[in-house]
Amino acid sequence: MSEDLLRYGLAFLVWPGLLLAAPLGWFDLWLMRKATARLQGRIGPPFLQPAFDFLKLVGKRAVIPEGVNRTAFVALPIVSLASVGAALVVVPMPGNPAPRLPGDVVLLVYLLEMPVLVEVVAGFVGRSVYGEVGAMREALMSLAYNLPFLAAVIAVAEHAGSFDLATIAAAPFGPVHVFAGLAFLVALPARLKTNPFSIAEAEHEIVAGAHIEYSGPLLGLFELSHALEIVVLTELFAVLFVPASGSAAVTIAVWVVVGLALILGVALLAATTARVRLAQAFRFYWLWGGAASAAALVAGFVR
Amino acid sequence: MTLLDRVLAVARRRSPWVCRVNTGSCNGCDIEVTPLISPRYDAEQLGVQFHGTPKHCDILLVSGTLTARSRAAVVSMWEQMPSPKAVVALGSCPASGNVFAGSPVVLGCSLDEVIPVDVWVPGCPPRPQAILEGIARAAALLEAGKTRDQIGRAA
Repeated sequence: MSEDLLRYGLAFLVWPGLLLAAPLGWFDLWLMRKATARLQGRIGPPFLQPAFDFLKLVGKRAVIPEGVNRTAFVALPIVSLASVGAALVVVPMPGNPAPRLPGDVVLLVYLLEMPVLVEVVAGFVGRSVYGEVGAMREALMSLAYNLPFLAAVIAVAEHAGSFDLATIAAAPFGPVHVFAGLAFLVALPARLKTNPFSIAEAEHEIVAGAHIEYSGPLLGLFELSHALEIVVLTELFAVLFVPASGSAAVTIAVWVVVGLALILGVALLAATTARVRLAQAFRFYWLWGGAASAAALVAGFVR
Repeated sequence: MTLLDRVLAVARRRSPWVCRVNTGSCNGCDIEVTPLISPRYDAEQLGVQFHGTPKHCDILLVSGTLTARSRAAVVSMWEQMPSPKAVVALGSCPASGNVFAGSPVVLGCSLDEVIPVDVWVPGCPPRPQAILEGIARAAALLEAGKTRDQIGRAA
C-alpha cells in the first residue's frame, strides 16, 4: 500500500505530473503566443516568457477583496491545480509509475471537469459582476462543448468495450476513431478557451472573466493549472487517437509532436477568427458538435 | 541576494503587465499607447501584456490631467495593485495639468501628490518608443527593487 502511495506521489510530482508537465505546458503556452505573434507579423514573446510570468506572479503579494470568503477564495486555485495534476497521473503516458485503476477514463473526465467547476465557483466567490458573468458563460459553455467531448470519449470506450484508458489506447483502429477524433477536435478550442470560443474570459467585454479578482500567487496557480490543462487534453487526444509504437521513447516523441501540432492548429484558429456570441457558440456545438457526436457514437456502437 | 531572489528579480523585469487608466486625457496619449501591441512596436517582446484589471498588473500607466472625479479612481486602482508595483505617468498632463491647468474641474496638482510616480514620460503626446522605454525603465526599477513602492515597504 505504501509503495502504491509512493508511486502515485512520484507520478503526481515528477512524471507525468507537475515537474515535467509544467515546462511542457509553458512551452505550449509560448508556442501559442509565438504562433499568434508570427501570424500577426510580430516577433512575439521570448522563449521563457510563460515561466517568467508564473515566477513573477508567485513572487507578488495577493490582494484578497473585502467581503469574500477567504478560505474558498484561496482554496479554489489550489483545488484546480491539484485536480489537473491528478488528471496527469491518470493519463497512461509511457513511464507513468502510477498503478492503473479500472475505469480510469471516467475518473479522468471528472478530474478534467474540476477546473471548469472551480472557474464557475471562483467567479461567484470573487463577488465581481464581471466575474459572475464570466462564471455563467463558463457554465453554459461547458454544457455546449462537453457534448462532442464526452461523445468522443464514450464512442472510443464503447468501441474498445472498456473504460480503461490503456485498453482503449490498444484497441484496433476503425472509423470510430475518425469521427470521435473529429468531435474531440471540435471541442478542443472551447475547452482551451481560445478564439472564437474565448467567451468565458472575453478580455474586451468582461475584463478577465472568473479570474478578475485574483492576483499574485493565486492567479499564478490558475495560470499554471491552465497550462497543465493544455498538456492533459493534448495527451488525452494522443492516447485515444494516435497509436503507440513499440518503443516508449518513440511513443512519447510522437505524442508530444501530435500535441504541439494540435496547439499550433488551435493558435491558427484563434489568430484568424473573432469571438462569437454565446448563443452562436452554443448553436455551433449542439448542431455541428452534435452531428460529429452522433457519427462517432454510431461508429462506436455499430461494429 | 540568493539565487531565488535573483531569478524572481529577473522575472519581474521580464514580465511587466500593464494596466492603463485615463484620468481625463484628451485621448492623445492613449492613441499612442495602442501601437505598442501592433507589429511595429510589439511590446510583447519585452514580456508586456495589457490587462484590464489592476489586480493582475505590475505597472500602472496613467495618462491625462487629474480631475476632481478621477482622483479617487486612480488612488483606488493603485491600492488594488498587488506589490511590488510601479507607476508610469504619460505626457505633460499628469505632471502639470498642461493646457488644462487652471480649469475649475482640473485639480491643480501633480500626479505625484496623489500616488508615487516612478517614471515620467515627457511629451504631448509622447511617441510610442518613449512610452515603451518608460515601461522598460519601470520594469528595470522593479528588478532592482527601486520602485517607490518597494522602497517604501523596505523602509
